[in-house]
Amino acid sequence: MQTAPPVATLSAASAAAASAVIPGRQPWTRRDLRSLGEALLYLGPSLVLFSAFVFVPLARTLYLSFFYTNPIGNPTTFGGVEQYVALATSPEFLTGLRATFLFVLYSVPLGIAIALVLAVLGNQRLRGINLFRTLMSSTIAVSASVGALMWLLLFNPSLGLLNYLIGSIGLTGPNWLTDPNMAILSLSITTIWLMLGFNIIVLLAGLQGIPEELYESARIDGAMGVNTFRHITIPLLSPSLFFLLVVDAITVFQAFTQVRLLTQGGPVDTTRVLVYSIYLDAFVNFQFGYASAQSMVLFFIILLLTIIQFRFVERRVHYQ
Amino acid sequence: MSAASVGAEARAGVRSGTVARIQARRPIRWSRVGRYLLLAIVSLAVAFPILLAFSYSFMTEREIATSPPPIFPAAPTLDNYARVIGSIPIFRYLLNSFLASSLVVIGQLLTATLAAFAFAFLDFRGKPLIFLLFISTMMVPWEATIIPNYLTIRTLGWLDSYQGLSVPFMASAFGTFLLRQSFLQLPRDLFDAAVMDGASKFRFLWWIVVPLSRAGMATLAVYAFLSTWNQYFWPLLITNQPLMRTTQVGIAQLRFEETLRWGNLMAGVSMVVLPTLLLLVLGQLQLVRGLTAGAVKG
Repeated sequence: MQTAPPVATLSAASAAAASAVIPGRQPWTRRDLRSLGEALLYLGPSLVLFSAFVFVPLARTLYLSFFYTNPIGNPTTFGGVEQYVALATSPEFLTGLRATFLFVLYSVPLGIAIALVLAVLGNQRLRGINLFRTLMSSTIAVSASVGALMWLLLFNPSLGLLNYLIGSIGLTGPNWLTDPNMAILSLSITTIWLMLGFNIIVLLAGLQGIPEELYESARIDGAMGVNTFRHITIPLLSPSLFFLLVVDAITVFQAFTQVRLLTQGGPVDTTRVLVYSIYLDAFVNFQFGYASAQSMVLFFIILLLTIIQFRFVERRVHYQ
Repeated sequence: MSAASVGAEARAGVRSGTVARIQARRPIRWSRVGRYLLLAIVSLAVAFPILLAFSYSFMTEREIATSPPPIFPAAPTLDNYARVIGSIPIFRYLLNSFLASSLVVIGQLLTATLAAFAFAFLDFRGKPLIFLLFISTMMVPWEATIIPNYLTIRTLGWLDSYQGLSVPFMASAFGTFLLRQSFLQLPRDLFDAAVMDGASKFRFLWWIVVPLSRAGMATLAVYAFLSTWNQYFWPLLITNQPLMRTTQVGIAQLRFEETLRWGNLMAGVSMVVLPTLLLLVLGQLQLVRGLTAGAVKG
């Protein structure tokens, strides 16, 4: 399900951005124009597509968020910031926003922690370790929709294995998807599992980048297990961990599929996360303006996270 | 030495440096069996939902409903697969997904190769600004612009079409940066020499850069293919005709049927997940083979 770009590319991109200096106001020479014209031949196809499907739509989302629309999406009456005021005072939206942050809070740190344990286990030098690595990271091959359907079966109160196992130790399993207190947690469990493969692969790559000599010398100095883990593994893995923190948070903020297939925003709006709320308001209730205002909220959250990430990677590049 | 006693020693070592130093002289080893056992348990636990879906796809509805929930089918049957193939046009879904994903791959390879070439080899005024423009597209989540994009596709009359499924994703800043990285690995002299010899820049790109950057392009192709193949939200929005559904959407429809048949659902799930799983396993094998081939040569 994860479609986050690898670390190296991002850091390279932001390094180049960091070195991007806006040139002084020299007049454009004929040669400048010719060089730009030639470059645009190569950049044109991408720029046209970006304009059509990223920049213009973003501007249009902002524009629509100031209007009320008819059911086919044409703006009819200007409302100014009314949609945003409506959002800020809508209990439904605020419940959903709270659910969104809970969803991220439950899914991301725990998801990374579990992946870290598994990656460390998978980082041993053993014959046949690749088999275990493949099995551990197999969830990367599972799309969100298919993964959600697998968990739909596991969560089922009467047929599912989860509650059978809980029952077999004498407890009563919860109604995972229909109990308002459990639903967001169930979505998080599914999401942690879906992201596990990607997280493990990133962390394994990070672990393999730690020079073996560091452990050797630590061992000579008498450091053992937990100590080397805390003082060598974690600090040297921190770039990968931070990368995952941001990328996973972005992924969870954008999650739609699991919500649609497992809870449909319920019970009583407890899983009406931001993206699902946009979907409901735009494509079920046909309030495109109101949904656009929510889209802008989502945009700013993701923008903030991306900037934090670029800032961080930039600093790392400078340190080198 | 048992794993438990090693654990105890490790804890003791953390408490006292002296003890640790004495023990460090001895090679510390977990019992090999213990390590394998632990690895096997956690790996199987992670893969369990996938394995269970395969297993359930061979069970009858009656068997699935028995208690305690079965793990292996008592009498494996292919009925579920037959019913899925008979009730929904799953091969058409697979074809749709395959076509849409392939179109995205072709589109991204074209647009990203051209743009990456400009960023890697051409000097032109306004480069930093255009570069920032590319980066900024990575900060806009698709879901935040999905409403206008849906309206655009509808206006173009592209609902229920392969263009609608693929054209919006044919440019990618990530892909551009990925290829730019791999183009930058090529020696700059190559470019200067080619231009000096009178080759046009485009010929240089086509005959030299592209053939030498096959690895980067393959990475982009796989990445673009999988991310399109796995889409759910967008194809759900813009396809309504049953015959234009993609695999992910089509299979998930089984979940919303009046009487949910778990065996059918899991058969559908298995058919969708198998190709990507095989890709993962083959990728691993490829990697191992590549490493050993290199070892023999080196």
